[in-house]
Amino acid sequence: MALSNDLLLDEPPRANDIGTAVSNLAAPDRRRVKRHAPVLVWVAAAWLVLLVLCAIFADFLPIKGYARPAGPLRQAPGWHSVSLLGTDAIGRSQLSRVIYGARQSLTIAVGAVSIGLALGGLLGLLGGYFRGRVDALIALFTDSVLAVPPLLMIVAVTAFLERTMLTITMALALLAVPTYVRVARAHTLTLARREFVEAARALGASRRRIIFKELLPNVALPLISYVFLITASVIVAEGTLSFLGLGLPPPRPTWGAMIKDGRNYLSKSPAIIAVPAAALTVTVMALNIVGDHARLRYEFGRAR
Amino acid sequence: MAWSIGRRVIHLVLVILIVTFATMMLVDRVPGGLAHAILGDTATQEQIDTLNHKLKLDKSYAARYTGWLGDVATGDFGTSPRTNRPVLDTIRARLPVTIELVVLTELLAFMLAIPIGMYTAHREGKRLDRLWSLISSALIAVPSFVLALVLVYFFAVRWHVFPVNRFRPISKGLFDNLRSVALPVVTLAVAEVAVYSRVLRADAVTTMRQDYMLAARSRGLSPARLMFRHALRPSSLSLVTLGALSVGRLIGGTVVVETIFGLPGLGSLMIDSVLNSDLVVVQGIVLFVALVYVGLNLILDVTYGSLDPRVRSATA
Repeated sequence: MALSNDLLLDEPPRANDIGTAVSNLAAPDRRRVKRHAPVLVWVAAAWLVLLVLCAIFADFLPIKGYARPAGPLRQAPGWHSVSLLGTDAIGRSQLSRVIYGARQSLTIAVGAVSIGLALGGLLGLLGGYFRGRVDALIALFTDSVLAVPPLLMIVAVTAFLERTMLTITMALALLAVPTYVRVARAHTLTLARREFVEAARALGASRRRIIFKELLPNVALPLISYVFLITASVIVAEGTLSFLGLGLPPPRPTWGAMIKDGRNYLSKSPAIIAVPAAALTVTVMALNIVGDHARLRYEFGRAR
Repeated sequence: MAWSIGRRVIHLVLVILIVTFATMMLVDRVPGGLAHAILGDTATQEQIDTLNHKLKLDKSYAARYTGWLGDVATGDFGTSPRTNRPVLDTIRARLPVTIELVVLTELLAFMLAIPIGMYTAHREGKRLDRLWSLISSALIAVPSFVLALVLVYFFAVRWHVFPVNRFRPISKGLFDNLRSVALPVVTLAVAEVAVYSRVLRADAVTTMRQDYMLAARSRGLSPARLMFRHALRPSSLSLVTLGALSVGRLIGGTVVVETIFGLPGLGSLMIDSVLNSDLVVVQGIVLFVALVYVGLNLILDVTYGSLDPRVRSATA
C-alpha cells in the first residue's frame, strides 16, 4: 500500500511494506519523551479543557451574542474593548465569535473523528484478521480515498452536496478512515499471531468472538492514542474549508470563516484575523502536543 | 517482479474506476439536480430539459458512466456548460502555474531539509537538534492559510518586499515571475521542510549506527564528508518516497495558496468551479489529479528496486 495522502505525516510511507509499518508503530522515538516537557503538556491540556468547557457552556457565559453588533467597528483588543478581543468588521464581539466558532469546530471534529475511528478501526480489524481477499478489498477502498488529495476531496464533496453539518462531518470522517485502517490493521496483524488468540481458537471460540472479544479490546487502545493527532488535522481541514468559503454557511461563526471575512482588513486591522488565527493555531499545537504525549504514554506502557 | 507489477496495475486501475464512479454518484446528489445548479433559479423547465439532454443526464446511470469513461479514454473530459470550453483545455491552460509551484516547492524543501536533517542527525540529542525538533513540530501545526496570511502581512503589506495578487508569467521575465511566486512557494515549503528534515534525520541516525560508518569515522574523515558522502545516500530512501508522494499533498495545498495569492493554477480553478457550480470541471480536475497521483505511485513502485538494491532482494 503505497498510496499515502495520509493525515499523519510523522511516519514515512513505504511501498508494500507491512513489516516497517508495524515496527514504525511499535518503536517509540525515545528522544521525543524529553521533547515535550510535562509542563508544556499540562499547558496544552489546560487550553483544550478550557476550550471544550467554553464551547459547551457558551450559552451561559457572560459574552455578547455572536450574530449582532456589540460595539464600535474593528475595535482593537484590550482591556477597554467590549469583548477583550475586540470587534470584527461589523462590530460583532470577537470573543463570542471565537467561542461559538470553537463549538462548531469541535462538534464537527469530534463527530468526524468518532465516525472515522469506528469505521476505520473496524475495517482495519477485519483486514488484519482475515487478510487475503478481504484485506485486498479494504485496501482498494482506502487507496481510492487516498488517490485524491485530502483537501481536493473535501472541496469536491462540498461542491456537490449541500453544505450542512452532516455532509461536512462525513467528508472529514472519510479523511480519517485510511489512517485508522492502517493503525488497526498493523496492530491486528501482530496480535492475531499471539498466543491468547491461538488459545481462544483452540477453545473453540467463534471468529466473531475472537475479533470482538479478543482483538478489539487490544486494538482499541492504540487507536484511541491517535485521537488527538487526527482531531488536529480534521480541525485544520475544517478551518481551511471554511476559509475557502465552502464550510458551514453564515451566520454561525467558524474560525476559518472569521479569517476569511477579515482578509479585506489585513492592512488596517490585522487583529481581526490574528484572533481566530491564533485560536486555531494554538488549538492545533495543543492537540499535537497532547497527541504526541498520548502516543508515547501508550507505547511505553506497552514496552514495560 | 512482472507479476507483482501487473497486480499493482490492476489494483490502481480499479482505484481509478472507484474514484470516478464515486464522483459520478455525487453528481446525482446535487441538490435540485445538476442542470438546476448550473442554470440557477430562473431557468424554465425546457432549458433544464435541454441541458439535461446535453449533459446526458436523462440517460441511465450505467449508460452515462460507460459513455463518460469512453470519452475519457479518448482524451475527452467533457465540455463545461458554463464556459463552453473543453475541460481538458481549461486544465491544460492552468496546469503550468501549479507545476511551477510544486516543482519550486520541492526544490526549496529538499535544499533546506537535507542540510538540516543531516546536521541534526550529526548532533543527535544536542541542543540544536532538540530545538529544531520543537520548531519543526510548531511549523507542522500552523495551518497553511494562516501561514500564508502571516507572510502576506509582513512581506507584502508591511515591508513591500513581495507583491500580492499579481501573478507574472515567465514570459514577462524570470525575475518578476519568481518574485510573484516566492511567498506561495515558501508557504507550501515550510511544512515540507519540517517533515522531510525529520524523516531524513531519523533514517540518518539509524545509518550512523552501522559498522561502515564507524569505520569511516575511524579513518578520521571530517563530519561534513562523513555525513554527505557516506551517510546521505543510504539514508535517503524514505525521503525520496515521501518527496514523490508529497506531490499529491502539494496539489491539495495549491488550492489554498493559489486562492490567497491569486495565482491562475489548477487549485484556484477548482475553487472557482466549485463556487460557480461548474461541476463538470470539478469532476475533470478530480479525475486528472487522481490519474497523476496514481501514475506517480506506479512509477515509484517500479523504480523502487533500482533506488535501493536491498528492497529488490527483499520483495523478489
